[in-house]
Parts: sequence; structure tokens; C-alpha cells
Amino acid sequence: MARKSGLRLRAVAFWLLVWQLGAMALAAAYPHGGLLLASPLASLWRLGELAVTAAFWRAVAWSACRILGGFLLSCLTAAALAALAARYPLAEELLAPPTAAVKATPVASFIILALVWLDSRRLPVFIAFLMVFPTVYLNLLEGIRQTDGRLLEMARVFHVPPVRQLWGIYLPQVLPYFRSAASLGLGLCWKAGIAAEVIGLPAGSMGERLYTAKIYFQTPDLFAWTAAVVAVSAVFERLFLKLVDAVAGKAAA
Amino acid sequence: MEIRVNHLCKSYNGASVLRDVTFTAGDGVTCVMAPSGCGKTTLLRILLDLETADSGTVSVPEGCRWAAVFQEDRLLEQLDAAGNLRFILGREYDGARAAAVLTELGLGDVGGKSVRAFSGGMRRRLALARALLARSDALVLDEPFAGLDGETRQRAWSCILRRRGQRPVLLVTHDEEDAAGLGAQIVRLA
Repeated sequence: MARKSGLRLRAVAFWLLVWQLGAMALAAAYPHGGLLLASPLASLWRLGELAVTAAFWRAVAWSACRILGGFLLSCLTAAALAALAARYPLAEELLAPPTAAVKATPVASFIILALVWLDSRRLPVFIAFLMVFPTVYLNLLEGIRQTDGRLLEMARVFHVPPVRQLWGIYLPQVLPYFRSAASLGLGLCWKAGIAAEVIGLPAGSMGERLYTAKIYFQTPDLFAWTAAVVAVSAVFERLFLKLVDAVAGKAAA
Repeated sequence: MEIRVNHLCKSYNGASVLRDVTFTAGDGVTCVMAPSGCGKTTLLRILLDLETADSGTVSVPEGCRWAAVFQEDRLLEQLDAAGNLRFILGREYDGARAAAVLTELGLGDVGGKSVRAFSGGMRRRLALARALLARSDALVLDEPFAGLDGETRQRAWSCILRRRGQRPVLLVTHDEEDAAGLGAQIVRLA
């Protein structure tokens, strides 16, 4: 394990070195080569500069609130509809076409269409909601379907109340499905949410900062904001999965 | 309390499983015996309202509450013995009473071990403890001694006789020794 992570670190260092050498070569070859590709050191330095400003954290909070709000809303809706679809086949049939359509349609089409309907500040919420929904809904539906019918019969014979059945039978079965869907969905909603912000340009968002960095050729800023998005997404994914694991642990206690 | 089974018939895909079964089970232990595939489990499932009979009736007092040991253990794998009992009993769970029944069944030392780590015999005994502890008016036990050795089996008989109270017990088993050990009335299905 330690050997494997040591190897991975060396691989990361290798690609950072390639990036640094590429940036240096471009800077040496062209008069404004530094604008084409910022070096990792310059990007890291810029990220450090940004991270000590209140504006940076305001932008992070702005985007996180909306994107994670969309994610949570999507999870709740998906859970309710998956429970409904598992119980009523007609509901599942009714939900199948829109779910398939959302899965297959490029996110940019939804962003542009949603911009016609919505205020740009609500756009990331809607897009995050839409991108996460099919993954969470389909995984939860599969999880509910895999629930052991014999345990449900046992609970029925012993008159176990529905809330206790949910906690003791459904949750342990469904949580692993939800965990993998949430892990996938969190990465997806940040990517789609930031794309929505870059297109919709809501004031004060991380996406707007990315766009501004692009139009002014501030490539260190572009890389710094991108790194910030990746880091924030990873942190929230870790935190959320820890929460799911804590709930799973409680259900197993 | 009496459980009356009258002319019960059940078939699956044209194959008859229960043919005109009629018997009355009184307050004691009634042992249903039959060769494999003669519908013993189906009969219990009809009693528990998990299946419907093609014809015939089952008469039990209004609002009769059952507790059961199923053919499979049907335990919550992620929980320990106490967790499985709490799942059924909720606020009625009494730690001292549960510990006493578990001890009578030779499960006094399982502690917080997850059911996943239990042997087949331990699982069977926990399923039996669950049925005995549950609030019920009658007990249905489908092969509750499967996989138990002689001594453990006798402990289980004593525990059932001690803990069933006034509740009638319907027991399915292949072994006449179980019926004798429990002093059961025997009903043979053809």
C-alpha cells in the first residue's frame, strides 16, 4: 500500500515537472508565452494569494450553497420518487422517459435552455439538480429492489412499524447504492454547476471568476480557480460520504 | 385458544401442495409432520397470512398476533443478537428478559458479536429467541431445531415449554423426537 502511494506521488511529481517545463518552454519560445500556459508554481502562488482574500471565500460559499443545494434537493426528490417507483410500476414507467432524456442530453443544452427560463443565479441549483437526479434515482431504485423480501415478510408478521423497517431493513440495503451514486453525483454536480456559472455568469460565483480570468488571459487565475473548484468538490465529497458512513454505522448499531 | 384448519387446499401451477387439510390445534404444542414437499411450510405461510389458500378456511380468534421462526433465519445481518431482538420488540425490549432467554438457549456469551459471525445453529437459536420474546398470541415454528445438536435441541425444547406461556405452538419438524420432547399432538399431512 505504502509502495503504491509512493509510486503515485512520483507519478504526480513527474506530470507537475512536465507541466513546469512546458510552461517554461512556451515562455521562452514566445514573447507572451506565459499567458498561454501558467506554470504550476505560478498557479499555486496565485491560489495562495486568492485564498487569503474574503472575496475568494465569498465566491466559494456562493457556488457551494447553490451547487450543493441543487445536489441535496436532487437527492431528496430522487429518494421520494425512487420509493414511489419501487411501489408503483406505473410511476416507474412514467419517470423512465424523462430520466433517460436527462441522462442522454448534453449539459450545455440544458444550461442554455434553462437560461431562457431562469435567473442566472438560480441556474447552478437547477443544473446540479438535473445532473444528479438520474444517477441517484436509478441507484436508489435498484437498491430498494434488492431489499430482501423475506425480511420484509418477517417484519410484517412481527408487526414492526414502518419507521423501524426503514431503519433496519431498507437503509442498510440502500445506503451502499446511495453512497456510490452520491460520490459520482457530487463530482458531476460541481462540473455541471460551474459550467452553468461560466455560461450564465451569475455575479459573485466561482464560474464568473473563471470566465473573467479567461477573457483577461489571466492564466494563473484560471488554473488557481480550477484548482479551487476541484479542491472544494473533493472536500465536500469526503464530508458527505463521511456523513453517509456515519448514518450506515448508526443503522448497524 | 384454538386454531382450526378446515379443508385447506393450495396448488401452484396446477401442482397440488395442500390437499383438503383439516385439523384443530389446541392450547398446547401441535406438531405438523409430513414428507418433504407436502406443503408444511405453505400451511404455515397461509396461517401467517403470507399466502392465500385456494379453498378452505383457517379460524383463529379475531386479531390473533403471530410470532414465527421461519424456514430461513431471517435475521438482520448487520445487527447483533440484542439488535435483532430490539428490532422486533422496540420499546418493549427488556434487556434482562432477553438475556435470560438467550442464556437458556446457550447464547448467553455472544455479546455484541454481529449475527454475520454466528454459526448456523446460533442463528437458529436466535430466531427462536426472537419468536419466544415477541408479543404474540400464538407461535409458528418451521423446523426450529434444524442444525442443532442433541444437547442444544433439548435446551431449546425446555425453553419453548417454559417461555410459551399459554400460547399455542404449531411446529413443523421431520423428527418425531422433537414432537415427543415437546409433548406435542401430532398432525400428519398426507
